[in-house]
Amino acid sequence: MTSAVTGPPETGLLLPVPDDDGAPFWSYTADGELRVQTCSRCGKRRFPPRPCCPHCQSFESEWQPMSGRGRIWSYVVAHPPLLPGYAEAAPYPVLVVELADDPAIRLVGNLVGAPDAPLGPTAAERLRIGAPVRVVFREVADGERRMTVPRWMLERP
Amino acid sequence: MKDATAIVGIGRTPFAKRLPESEKALACRAVLHALDDAGISPEEVDGFASYTMEETDEVEVAKSIGAGDVTFFSKVGYGGGGSCATVAHLAAAIATGQATVGVAWRSRKRGSGGRPWRNTTVQLPTPAQWTRPFGLLRPADEIGMLTRRYMHEYGATRDHLFNVALACRNRANQNPAAMMYERPLTREMYMTSRWISEPLCLFDNCLETDGALACVLVSADRARDCRNKPVYVHSAAQGLPAQHHGMVNYWAEDPLHGPAWTAAGQLWKHADLCPQDVDVAQIYDAFTALIPLSLEGYGFCERGEGAAFTEGGALEIGGRLPLNTSGGGLSEAYVHGFNLITEGVRQLRGTSTAQVPDAATCLVTAGEGVPTSALLLRS
Repeated sequence: MTSAVTGPPETGLLLPVPDDDGAPFWSYTADGELRVQTCSRCGKRRFPPRPCCPHCQSFESEWQPMSGRGRIWSYVVAHPPLLPGYAEAAPYPVLVVELADDPAIRLVGNLVGAPDAPLGPTAAERLRIGAPVRVVFREVADGERRMTVPRWMLERP
Repeated sequence: MKDATAIVGIGRTPFAKRLPESEKALACRAVLHALDDAGISPEEVDGFASYTMEETDEVEVAKSIGAGDVTFFSKVGYGGGGSCATVAHLAAAIATGQATVGVAWRSRKRGSGGRPWRNTTVQLPTPAQWTRPFGLLRPADEIGMLTRRYMHEYGATRDHLFNVALACRNRANQNPAAMMYERPLTREMYMTSRWISEPLCLFDNCLETDGALACVLVSADRARDCRNKPVYVHSAAQGLPAQHHGMVNYWAEDPLHGPAWTAAGQLWKHADLCPQDVDVAQIYDAFTALIPLSLEGYGFCERGEGAAFTEGGALEIGGRLPLNTSGGGLSEAYVHGFNLITEGVRQLRGTSTAQVPDAATCLVTAGEGVPTSALLLRS
């Protein structure tokens, strides 16, 4: 899915440091798209991205767009001691989301109450494994560096 | 390899939140203590094994203690997953003639030296780009995620995790060397303690410790002439499962089926014993939740039954499987699991502070949730 990246960038958080294999994922999120690496030969999706397919060993891959819908596979609520930007936001939930398009693909991300809401205590009483969620995108900044990360909102808040 | 080598010396420094000496000095003290325990001169040492996150290398240890010419040295990866593999590598080296006297050690100032997860520069690249920006910063967060899923799938509760914490604390209360020797734990303390990463609370987390430990390995022939009763390496194994992703194993097909299963398969394949023959276990306990996962992986119960296994005092002295009898990483000291190896040796010598009567076999495991290793020791 494509969705607008809204609000001013959030600061104080760690930015992803992409490696060669992960770089395409982050260039798609910058455009508000959630895409997953898929083998061009056997069609199997894989995450995290890697140079070749563990099923058929092909080095050819493409990036398939996902619907952006998923379900909570598990979650934690982090409390201090934490790094400074995170300690101020604590307690905050971190999710593992399994994608509706392919439940074998799971992504780590934060639950937020609104697309432009900062990391923080959110809907703790509504958190449960299996709850449907959908992706939103948020820009994060560290000095001049900017990245866009996927985040998640409950489908039924 | 089976019973071809034996641990003949163990040594350690005191354990504390803060020790004044350097990691290097602590390493040397532990190694020399272990050699003295074995009755072997330092100049006879020709093999070394350590595991990553160890700051002191074998060059420093060898020249400080006065080792002779060294013909075997190895360093195993994955931090706490490598503890038992040091003994496995030395056993293989001695059994194949690459060395005759091997020393494995761990020295660590995790109590006063800072928390590794605070160093973001070394940790942010692969695979951290997929987890740390979202505030999944610490091992407690990473294992907390698996713990929540485990509780959901199998009906495990916080009381099961408390059973683990309590068993370790009870053993520490019998062990004057343990950091928690005089600190009993109650269910109320556990249930009302602060969260670290829900569902894990303070008492689900291991200690932060300064300290060092070491052990000495020789061939079974040589072991009979040593100062203390030999403890034989009956079987040893490492485990890196197919499609494993380290502590953030959320991308494996079955994330709760961890490295313990792989190591266990290899361990039991080469042993004359089965899980029911194990008298006492020292299972890596950086977090309480690793115990039910490991109990399943090493075959003490079926998949999903690890939490229920802890009920009814099963992990206490006199229970089905006495656990971490020096107090473990949760309550004796967290030195990346090396104190579990030395306690396994003490049990089979009959000198533990919480001795299991007539213990003749002991399982020791390294960190579950990362590429791991395990030992089956016998007297």
